[in-house]
Amino acid sequence: MSARRLSIIQPSSFELSDSANKEINKWIKKYPKDRMRSALIPALWIIQKDAGGWLPELALRAIGDMLDMAYIRVYEVATFYTMFNLQPVGVNYVQMCGTTPCWLRGSDELKGLLSRKIGEQNTLSKDGKLSWLEVECLGSCSNAPMVQISNSAGDHYYEDLSPESLEGILDELVAGKQPPQGPRNGRFSSEPIGGAIALNKDLSNKINILDKLPDAEKDTKVNYYEWDPKVKRATRRGWVDPKRKANSDPKKRSGNLGRDLTAGLVDEDPDIARPKRSTNTKSKKAGN
Amino acid sequence: MVELLKDNDRVFQNLYGFKDWGLDSARDRGAWLGTSAILAQGRDWIIDRVKSSGLRGRGGAGFPTGLKWSFMPKEVGNRPHYLVVNADESEPGSCKDRDILRHEPHLLIEGCLVAAYAMQAHACYIYVRGEYIQERTRLDEAIKQAYAAGLVGKNACGSGWDFDIYMHHGAGAYICGEETALLESLEGKKGQPRLKPPFPAGAGLYGCPTTVNNVESISVVPTILRRGVDWWTQFGRENNKGTKVFSISGHVNNPCNIEEALSIPMRTLLETYAGGVRGGWDNLKCVIPGGSSVPLLPKEICDTVLMDFDALRENQSGLGTAAVIVMDKSTDVIKAIARLSYFYKHESCGQCTPCREGTGWMWRVMERMVRGEADTSEIDMLLSVSKQVEGHTICALGDAAAWPIQGLIRHFRHEIEDRIDSYRANKPVFVQAAE
Repeated sequence: MSARRLSIIQPSSFELSDSANKEINKWIKKYPKDRMRSALIPALWIIQKDAGGWLPELALRAIGDMLDMAYIRVYEVATFYTMFNLQPVGVNYVQMCGTTPCWLRGSDELKGLLSRKIGEQNTLSKDGKLSWLEVECLGSCSNAPMVQISNSAGDHYYEDLSPESLEGILDELVAGKQPPQGPRNGRFSSEPIGGAIALNKDLSNKINILDKLPDAEKDTKVNYYEWDPKVKRATRRGWVDPKRKANSDPKKRSGNLGRDLTAGLVDEDPDIARPKRSTNTKSKKAGN
Repeated sequence: MVELLKDNDRVFQNLYGFKDWGLDSARDRGAWLGTSAILAQGRDWIIDRVKSSGLRGRGGAGFPTGLKWSFMPKEVGNRPHYLVVNADESEPGSCKDRDILRHEPHLLIEGCLVAAYAMQAHACYIYVRGEYIQERTRLDEAIKQAYAAGLVGKNACGSGWDFDIYMHHGAGAYICGEETALLESLEGKKGQPRLKPPFPAGAGLYGCPTTVNNVESISVVPTILRRGVDWWTQFGRENNKGTKVFSISGHVNNPCNIEEALSIPMRTLLETYAGGVRGGWDNLKCVIPGGSSVPLLPKEICDTVLMDFDALRENQSGLGTAAVIVMDKSTDVIKAIARLSYFYKHESCGQCTPCREGTGWMWRVMERMVRGEADTSEIDMLLSVSKQVEGHTICALGDAAAWPIQGLIRHFRHEIEDRIDSYRANKPVFVQAAE
């Protein structure tokens, strides 16, 4: 453990923004009524984002008042968890993983670059746009070495770095651009470089599932009926129906951090693809 | 030649995220198929099936999942039951849960429903580690999709069971991966582990009966029930059944995550999927087979060892989270372990004296060993102190800090001694071998 203290320099006033307030109230609702203290860590995180990347003392007091907690309990938590910054950080806050898996793949070189480019750990660069810290494992070990960079655009993982690619990322950030996150050596996620050996074919609708639930004790007539909230009754959902044509262009699908989903994907047989869905889940209201 | 796992036998069809993570795509891959039929079989059937599948917890300790579930009270008393999913993946080397969260969130949510139903829990919290900010946003969106489709919420999947699922997150404390520390953190406190007993099944979250499971353990359950225990038990040796996501990092040509059957030989795993050790198999120095907490294995053992709980335990190591960290001959292995000692010193919660003081002490001695500034008798002293930390703390972090050092001394004592001798003779203490 390490000693963590509040900053000597503190702002004279602190006001919680409406959006942060709203967000915290959403979190409070996740827990039983008399347990709203559970929302403390998410609330501190929201306030940290709101206050520019670190937690001034007045922010801690504000959250204590909001959750009806003694201030000391809030301090206790804020000083325990290392993601809460108690000192001001740069506009772009670089956290570099230096634990063994990243160290084996050359995090020391990244460290050298960061020291050269920014300076000492936990101090702002001259223009105030960057600061950095060596942290412990960030859980992206197959994509080592890596850094996480937090700024007003969010928190992004930059993986499979070399000093050159990291320098490029930092230059872009200083110039006010937001480089895309992810691996920097041509990989898509955690597959082996040069293309996946496994899972590189589209097996949707081809996974062999038995006609009835194996080892079922009770009558399994309901097997392939799923609850359809639209019609409020169980409807039959077929499993394998290769004749149905699909319209799916993987690029158009939602999510995946806005990246090209076709990277590394080989459709084994383009004629057999996923069935078209009649239900659009997004337009419906929540089930309850 | 070892038979490799076929693609259609992999639980996590979208491990790499080549396909969409959303509900429709997940359903194409088999998620949420026949969930209501599974629930209709009843609680005892589910727990019984999970027990007979031999599924062992994927979070590190390898405790049988079905057995853990059966510890929950049979009847709900005046305290509600809770299911808590441990997605606080922070073990150095391990990055499998991240891929499940961002690419297969629906398998996890479905698993939560099945598990919560079996344990009569109406609420489930998924505790995601703080740094996984994109991943928790993704999980939140997936939960919203499941609510909108009526798969969770009131009358989940038409089963008549009301089930609420919430995403919660931490803020960068490794110790919160310990189940009672995780519960403390979820209650809005410092993540300091609780003394056991009472176990969480008796008094866990908010003092109510709680089961804490790893993401991967929960996510594979619906697929096991759908495809049958016989399908699952064809993979792996007796007592080590099923498939497992391995995270391979370090000095291999192609680090990656891969789902394979348990009991695959380590050499096959590394050479087939990770492109082999940098510079060839003979360039291998040692491997940490299960995440930073387990002792390393030298090449002689790696040549033949199988990747499962029992085989690694027989070799005085462990499967842990199946995070394989490979080091080739160019590695300064003493420094590699010293870096882990620093990690444990940094992450100790400070509650128990042997761990709070011991991790710092062991790190400082390890740093001197890296430079060779030590006495050979100190190697035994370090070993003895590590044994005094091990087993004398509330949680297993003390053990986890001690084991890598014990493994190093067990297999590379000569290297530490050579270094001390070189230092005294004013020779360079570590010369990196040419790659």
